[in-house]
Amino acid sequence: MNVSLFITCLADAVYPSSVGRSTVEVLERLGCSVSFPRNQTCCGQPAFNSGYHKETQKVARHMIDTFEEAEWVVTPSGSCATMIHEYKKLFSDDEKWQKKAEDLAAKTYELTQFIVDVLGVENVGAEFHGSVTYHSSCHMTRLLGVKEAPRILLENVAGLTLTELPLKEHCCGFGGTFSVKMMPISQQMVDEKVQHIEETKASYLVGSDLGCLMNIGGRIERTGKPVEVLHIAEILNSRGEDAV
Amino acid sequence: MSIRISNKPFFERVEKGIDDEFMRSAVSGAQDRLEGRKAESTAELGTWEDWRDHAEEIRQHTLENLDFYLQQFAENAAAQGGHVFFAETKEEANEYIQSVIRRKEAKKVVKAKSMVTEEIGMNEAIRELDCEVIESDLGEWILQLDDHDPPSHIVVPALHKNKEQIRETFHEKRGYGKSSDPQELGRFAREQLRKEFLSADVGITGCNFAVAESGSVSLVTNEGNARMVTALPKTQISVMGMERIVPTWEELDVLVSMLCRSAVGQKLTSYITGLTPSKAQDEHAPEEFHIVIVDNGRSKILGTKYQSALQCIRCAACINVCPVYRHVGGHSYGSIYPGPIGAVLTPLLEGYENNKELPFASSLCAACTDACPVKIPLHELLLEHRRDIVEHEKGGFTEKMAMQGFAYAATHPKMFQFGGKAASPIVDRFSEKESGPGPVKLWTQIRTLPSQKDDRFRDWFEERERRNNGGKNS
Repeated sequence: MNVSLFITCLADAVYPSSVGRSTVEVLERLGCSVSFPRNQTCCGQPAFNSGYHKETQKVARHMIDTFEEAEWVVTPSGSCATMIHEYKKLFSDDEKWQKKAEDLAAKTYELTQFIVDVLGVENVGAEFHGSVTYHSSCHMTRLLGVKEAPRILLENVAGLTLTELPLKEHCCGFGGTFSVKMMPISQQMVDEKVQHIEETKASYLVGSDLGCLMNIGGRIERTGKPVEVLHIAEILNSRGEDAV
Repeated sequence: MSIRISNKPFFERVEKGIDDEFMRSAVSGAQDRLEGRKAESTAELGTWEDWRDHAEEIRQHTLENLDFYLQQFAENAAAQGGHVFFAETKEEANEYIQSVIRRKEAKKVVKAKSMVTEEIGMNEAIRELDCEVIESDLGEWILQLDDHDPPSHIVVPALHKNKEQIRETFHEKRGYGKSSDPQELGRFAREQLRKEFLSADVGITGCNFAVAESGSVSLVTNEGNARMVTALPKTQISVMGMERIVPTWEELDVLVSMLCRSAVGQKLTSYITGLTPSKAQDEHAPEEFHIVIVDNGRSKILGTKYQSALQCIRCAACINVCPVYRHVGGHSYGSIYPGPIGAVLTPLLEGYENNKELPFASSLCAACTDACPVKIPLHELLLEHRRDIVEHEKGGFTEKMAMQGFAYAATHPKMFQFGGKAASPIVDRFSEKESGPGPVKLWTQIRTLPSQKDDRFRDWFEERERRNNGGKNS
């Protein structure tokens, strides 16, 4: 299978390469041929969620063009995949672009969703020794409808103990620009999330969306909690070492 | 009180909410309990999603034919002796209600809980006539005694108070001398309220659903106070939002089932009251039955992209799951309609001027959309508000420039990549507490940005391609 990787701007520019690298290596191990369209930028979510419709349309057109030839588009981010699925709403007055947006949405998958639903793989052969709790990202679970795939894959990682996060589907308070515009509220939300993570006594917090992980991880680091934050691709790519 | 419950700025209200530790623990505790009960009561139905589809269909159908059903309702109610009044504005609604009270020379009105009467500020209008208004819903009565503290939740108006605070209010205002045991508090309230029911001249209720086929009004309560209000005073007034209508009792059955489960996780509440005007001179029937149908901006929403907001059945399911409401409480919204539905509805009814922050007070987590029993796409309507604020309202110049810059960079890959490359060391410098420009500073006030290792994915991938002699990169 030819997979075009949409790596997302956070994974490309803000985070070190390990999330992207793990995504490539896991997909290749599962038999995919992975390419990286160089022209990709951002899915447009910051503009979309702030109400900037015209600006989002421009970004969406660029993304649609960039991935037009792709057979499959895979991204290690639930919310960015969701955003691509939202593109069709941007073009309600433009049949041509709406059709293109629908075509892109139809072949765009979040990483774990692609592995489980398209590749039909539930065990990627990873080995990771540690206790893990998983944060369900809002857009991925509610809007993209991917609830089980990451859980299934984590449960099949050798050596990994998965502990349920209390109120696991509660938002962590990221919400893109919300985390800045509504900082006092966002702080309360992320603090409650961190408290629940601590209650699990897990050593690692794992998620499928770097936005949420940046928010929770940033707060964990600032408050000095003994929890390490990892993207699910890093776990799925681990081969038995304790830490990635 | 009217729809607006505070003139303080939004962030001041939020700060007050966040600082109120007691309120926050009451709200989060209530949310967790209600969520559990709702999950149980909906699981029992087995096909909750089918029920939601059906309820949505009923609401959409009714709204699309609202003129027809309102007319049918008015004709049926009038044919049986009811007095139906269509009020375009809150002033018209209040004037009509005042005219009834004046004609009856009423000195005391007893009320069952109603959001629409709060919305139009009816109590103040009645008090202008030197007529007393007594709230009979326990929560509303407590708030009224407590110097008219505004409600903080649609279904549980006094959610922000605990039993100690209630005991204190009863003691201070009514000389209550017993404990804060809920049973004792309840007994005291009942004794006090009974006198009011018996001595009131007019009874006023809201309306959960009006039934077009029979010209009836229905009320859903857990305390039975609506029955007392509608059975004792000889003059009755029901005030309803113009969208609160169902075609027949069959649809009412579906919607009441959804309402009770979504609101408090009950299959049914203790009392579901149906009232139909009656011409028969029954000594138990009210002598006069007035139904005031309030528009107050609703018809402006019809036919717009916000129409689905009128599907709302005021169950508060969206409020009960909202993580923002959880931490700031109902008063922070500054409106009698708090939570996600309030953030959607208040600007529609009242305009953006005082409510510009509300659509942004959401992380767009969509828990509200998921919880809504009539499938209002709440987070999408919040996004529509944001779009309208950006496109039609003034202000936000810096943000506008930033977003235009973002769109430019995101459609010019080289510039975007350059920006990303340049951002890394800059971000690294600002990962310390409270440093960096504008938004970065706000971010780093409470969080640490990821540390940079000069190890970017793009560089790694391209280097690897080179090593593999290229070929795969597109």
